[in-house]
Amino acid sequence: MSSAVAETKDGLKSEKKKQSRFVEVLKSLVKNKLSLIGLIIITMIVLVAVFSPFITSYGPYEQNLESTKLGVGSEGHFLGTDNYGRDMWSRIAHGAIISLVVGLSSVGIGLIGGIVLGLLAGYYRKLDNIIMRIVDLLFAFPGILLAMLIIAMLGTSLVNVVIAISIWSIPGCARIVRGSVLSIKNQEYIQAMRTVGASDLRILVKHVLPNCTAPLIVYGTMRMATAILSTSALSYLGLGAQPPTAEWGAMIAAGQDFMWDAPHISVIPGIAIMLTVFAFNVVGDGLRDALDPNMDVK
Amino acid sequence: MLGMIGRRLIQLVFLLLGISFLVFMSMHLAPGDPASVIGGPNATASDLEAIRDSMGLDRPVLVQYFDYLGGILQGDFGYSYQTNQAVTEAILTRFPTTVKLAVASMVVAVVIGIVAGIIAARKQNSWADVTSTTFSLVGVSIPNFWLGTILILIFSVNLQILPVGGLNSPFYTLDGMKELILPAITLGTASAALIARMTRSSMLEVIRSDYIRTAKAKGVRKRPLIWVHTLKNAMIPVLTIIGINFGSLLGGTIVTEQVFAINGIGRLMIDAIAARDFPIVQGTVLLVAGIFVVVNLIVDIVYTLIDPRISYD
Repeated sequence: MSSAVAETKDGLKSEKKKQSRFVEVLKSLVKNKLSLIGLIIITMIVLVAVFSPFITSYGPYEQNLESTKLGVGSEGHFLGTDNYGRDMWSRIAHGAIISLVVGLSSVGIGLIGGIVLGLLAGYYRKLDNIIMRIVDLLFAFPGILLAMLIIAMLGTSLVNVVIAISIWSIPGCARIVRGSVLSIKNQEYIQAMRTVGASDLRILVKHVLPNCTAPLIVYGTMRMATAILSTSALSYLGLGAQPPTAEWGAMIAAGQDFMWDAPHISVIPGIAIMLTVFAFNVVGDGLRDALDPNMDVK
Repeated sequence: MLGMIGRRLIQLVFLLLGISFLVFMSMHLAPGDPASVIGGPNATASDLEAIRDSMGLDRPVLVQYFDYLGGILQGDFGYSYQTNQAVTEAILTRFPTTVKLAVASMVVAVVIGIVAGIIAARKQNSWADVTSTTFSLVGVSIPNFWLGTILILIFSVNLQILPVGGLNSPFYTLDGMKELILPAITLGTASAALIARMTRSSMLEVIRSDYIRTAKAKGVRKRPLIWVHTLKNAMIPVLTIIGINFGSLLGGTIVTEQVFAINGIGRLMIDAIAARDFPIVQGTVLLVAGIFVVVNLIVDIVYTLIDPRISYD
C-alpha cells in the first residue's frame, strides 16, 4: 500500500517536473521576440486551417466565371479571385490545411522511421554498421533530389510527396537518435536496468528515448519548415498536388500565366508559404536556444 | 593526410556504387512497363515482347544492373525511352548550362553572404546588423521559385530591363550576364542567407577570443584586425556551410531552371520524371548525386588543409 502511495507521489512529482519544464521552455520562447512572432503566426495559420469552413464565404473550388481575376480588396473577395473566379482567401485557407497536414504527416512518419532506425543502430552494434551505411547513402543525395527520385518511382501525387519527404527526414533523425543512444547506453543506470532484467524494448522506450526528446523537437520543428517548402516546390514543378488542388505551390504555378494582368494569383500563395516557413524556422531556432544552446541539429 | 584521402576515396567508390544501385533499383521497382513507354499506346503484345527482348528487360534485375554499371564505366548511360537519344549526350549538352547557373549562384551567395555577415558582426546591434539578420531569416524562408517569379515580375515585366528567361548567350557577353542575374539571385539567396548568418556568428565568436584581444592590445589597427586576424579563423565554419550548400544549390538548380525556362539538367530531369523516361532520370540523378558526394569530399579535404586542428583520422 505504502509503496503504491510512494509511486503515485513520484508520478505526480515527475508530472509536475515535466510541466514546469514545458512552462520554462514556453516562457523562454515567448521572451524571444522572433520566436514569439513565429508562435503567433503558427497559431494563426492553425486557426485559419481549422476554422476555414467558417471563415470563408466560398468553397475553394467554387468557380465564378463572371468575376475572374478580381484584384486584392475587391468587394466580397478581399484577396481577390483567380482566373476561374475562385476566391483567393478560400483557397489560401484551404491551402493552409494541406500544408499543415502534409508537413505534420511527413515529419511524423520521418521521425518514427528515424527513431526506430536510430535506436536500433545505437543499441545493437551488429545493426549499427548496416543501418548507418544506408543512412550515409540517403545523405549522399541533395534532399530535393532524393524526394524527386522517390516521386519518379511512385508517380506524381500529394501522397507520394508525403512519402518522399518522410524518407528524406529519416537519415537526419536517425543520426540524432543514434548519437544520443551511444552517449547513454553504457551509463550505470542503463546497466542497472539490464541487471534487474528490464527488456531491451523497455530500456529503449522508457529510458533511452526520453533523452533524445529535446533535439528531436527542434529537428521536427525545423523539418516542418523544410517539408512545407519542399511540398510547395514539388507541387510547383508539377510533381506533387495537381491543379485544381488549392495547394500553395500549385497555385503559384497556375498563376504564372497571369503575371501581366493578375500577379496577385501567384504573389499571395508565395507570401503564405514564406510566412509559414519563416514561423517554423524561428520557432525552431527559439526552441533550440531554450532546450539546449549547445545543441547542433542542423 | 594522404592516408585519410586514400581512405575517403575508397569510401567514395563504395558510396557511388551504392548510389548507382539505389537509383537503378528504384527505377526498376517503379510501377509501369518501360517497354510500353517505348512502344507507345498502339504497341501489340508481340511488339512489347520484342522490345523487352532487344533491351534485355527480361533478364534478372541484378544482371541488368551489372550490365548498366559496365556501361557507366564506359560512359554509356543508356538511351532515352522517348527520343532514343544517348543519355550521355543529352546530359552533356545541358550540363554546362547547369554548371554556369550553379557557379554564378554560388558567387552571388558567397559575396552577399560573407559581406553581409562581416558588416553585421563589425557593428553588432546596429541597423546594418538588424538588416543583415532579417535578410538571413527571410532569405531561407522564401520559396526560390516564388522569388524568381517576383523578380521576373519586377525586372522583366514591369521595368523590362532584364530578360524573362533562358540562358542561351555565353556568360562573358553582356546579354549572357543579363540572363544570369535573375536566376543567380533566385538560386543564391537562400545560400547567401545561411552564409551571412554563419559568418556573423563565427566572426563574433572569434572577435571575442583572447588572441584578438591580445592583437588589439598590441596596437593592431581595426582594418587588419578584422580582415586578416579575425576573418581567417572565422571562415572555417563558413566554408563548411558553403560546402554543404553546394549540394542544395545543385538541387535548387532543378527548380530555378523550371522558373526561368533554362534548358539544363534540372529541366531534363523533371520532363523525364513526368514522361517516366527512366534512363534519363537515372543518368541525371546519378550525375547530381555523384557531384554532390565528390564536392563534399573535396570540402572535407580542404578543411584539413586550412585548419590543421581538424583531423579525420
